[in-house]
Amino acid sequence: MDWLTIGLIIFVISWLQILCAYLIYLERKVAAWVQDRKGPNRVGPWGLFQPIADGLKFLFKEQVVPAHVHRFLYILAPSIAVITTMLAFAVVPFGPTDVPDPRQKRFIIAPNLDIGLLFIFAIASLNVYSIILGGWASNNKYSLLGSLRSAAQIISYEIPLALSVLGVIVLVGSLNLEHLLNEQARLGIGGWLIWYQPLGWLLFFASALAESNRLPFDLPEAEQELVGGYHTEYSGMKFAMFFLGEYTHVTTVSLLMVILYFGGWHFPFVAEFNANYPGATGVKVLVLWTKASLVILVIMLLRWTLPRFRFDQLMHLAWMGLVPLSLLNLLSVMIVRHWSLSPWLLLPCSVIILTAIPLLHRWKSRQLDWA
Amino acid sequence: MPIAPSEVKWIDERTLSPWDWLYLPALWEGLSTTVRHMFSKKVTIEFPEQRPSVPPHYKGVHRLNRDEQGRVRCVACYLCATACPAHCIDIVAAPSPWPDREKYPELFVIDELRCIYCGMCEEACPVDAIELTTLYDLTGFSREEMLFDKEKLLAVYDYTVNKGTDAIRTLRGTLGPASEILEQQSAPLPNT
Repeated sequence: MDWLTIGLIIFVISWLQILCAYLIYLERKVAAWVQDRKGPNRVGPWGLFQPIADGLKFLFKEQVVPAHVHRFLYILAPSIAVITTMLAFAVVPFGPTDVPDPRQKRFIIAPNLDIGLLFIFAIASLNVYSIILGGWASNNKYSLLGSLRSAAQIISYEIPLALSVLGVIVLVGSLNLEHLLNEQARLGIGGWLIWYQPLGWLLFFASALAESNRLPFDLPEAEQELVGGYHTEYSGMKFAMFFLGEYTHVTTVSLLMVILYFGGWHFPFVAEFNANYPGATGVKVLVLWTKASLVILVIMLLRWTLPRFRFDQLMHLAWMGLVPLSLLNLLSVMIVRHWSLSPWLLLPCSVIILTAIPLLHRWKSRQLDWA
Repeated sequence: MPIAPSEVKWIDERTLSPWDWLYLPALWEGLSTTVRHMFSKKVTIEFPEQRPSVPPHYKGVHRLNRDEQGRVRCVACYLCATACPAHCIDIVAAPSPWPDREKYPELFVIDELRCIYCGMCEEACPVDAIELTTLYDLTGFSREEMLFDKEKLLAVYDYTVNKGTDAIRTLRGTLGPASEILEQQSAPLPNT
C-alpha cells in the first residue's frame, strides 16, 4: 500500500474542491470589479464565506431529476465532468519537481509519467462526453443544441491545442511534464519556453480557453441563445459538479501553461534550480501557484473583455487561423532542431509567422474582392 | 409607404487593416479597459446601510395630502380611480362634513401591490390631493397589510411632508375647480 499516494489523492481532491469554490468567488468578484460593482460582500469579511454558503446550498438542495430525461446518462454526465478533469490533474506537478526522494515527499500524484502531456490531453478530451451526454440526456432542444456546438468546438480546438504544444515537445524532446519543467528551471529565466515559443503559447492559450469552454469560446453554454446550454436541466449538486469540472479544468490548464511556458516553479533569485535554503520548497510551491493564479486572473479578465465568437467565426479561427499558424510554428521548431540552430532564432520566427499570416489574409481578401 | 431609394443609406462594413487582423492590439486595448475598470470607483450602494438619494419626482408610495386645516384634501371625485390603469384605487364617497366642498372620501383604499406606480392618479387629481412620494422600500408581511387606507395614506403625508424630500409638489392654497360649489346647489347641504 502506497499511503503517500492515497493521502496525496485525498488531499488533491479536497484542495481542488476548495480551490474551485474560491475560484468561483474570485470570478464573481472580478466580474463585479470590472463592472464597477463590489461583488459578494455579505457573508463574512469581504464575502469570504460566500463559497461555503453556496456549497451548503448546493448540498441541501432537492435533487431534481426531471421526468423526461434519460436517467442514467443524466446522472452520469456531471460525474464524467468531475472525474475526467480530476484525473487529468493526476500528472500535473503542483509543486517543485526536483525533490530528492519521491517516496518521501512529492507534489504530483503520478510522478515521472513519460507520456504526461499526452495523458492530460487524452483524459481532458474525454470531458466532451460530459457535455454531449448531459445535453442529450436532458431531452431538451436547447441543451442538445449547446452540446452539439460543444462537440464541434472541442473537436476543432483539440487539433491546434496539440499542435501548439508539439512545438514545446519537439524543442525539449520530452512529454514528461517534470522533465519539461526541470529543463527550463536548469537554464534559468533564459530557459523559459515563452522566449522560444511565444506564438505557441498564444495558440495554446486560445485553444485552451476553447477547450475549457471559457469565454470568448463558451458557445456551448451561451446563455443569451441557449438558456443555460447543456446544463439547463441541471440543478443542485449536479449543476455544481459541472462547475467543479470547469474550474478544475481551468486550474489544470493554467498550471500546464505555467509549467510549459513560464518555467513552472522557477523564478530568478527567489527559486533557482539549485536553491536549497530552508523553506525553498515552500517558496517554489508559492511561486508556481502565484504564476498559475495570475494566468487564471487573466482568463477571468478576458471573459469580460472579449465578446463571444459567432459559430462560423469560431470554426474559422480554429481551421484558418490556429491550425496553419501552429503548423508553421512546428515547422520552424523542426528546422531549428534538425540543423541544431540556436533556439533564439525561434523568437523572430514566431513574430514573423504571426505578422505574415494577417498580411496573407489581407492579400487573399483583396484577391477575392477582385474576383 | 415604401422608403425612397434616395433616402436609403448603405453603410459598408469597415475593412480590417493588417493591424486589426492580428487581433492582439484589439485584445490589449480591451484588456486595458477591463483592468482600468477593475480599479475605478465602484458605484455600488450597500443598501440597508447606505440609502440612495432618489430624485424628488420619484414615484413611490402614495400619500393623501391635507389642506391647511389638516383635513383630507380629497373631494372624492373618482378621477384618480378612473385614470388608474391598474384599478387599484377604491373610493367610497360620502357627503362632506365641511361647508366648502360637496363630498369627501369616507373610504380611500389603494392596493399598493396592484399599483404600477405610473403616477396617473397624481396627474388626474384636480385638487392636488394624491401624490406619489419618494418612499421606495415598501414591504409587508401580508397582502391585507398592503391595502393602504385613508388613515395610512394621511399618515404617509404626515411622515413625509416635513422630511425635506417630499415637499408638496403641486400647488398649495385653495382647492381646485372640482371642489367649487355653485351657489344654487350649495344651499341645502345636509350636514351643515
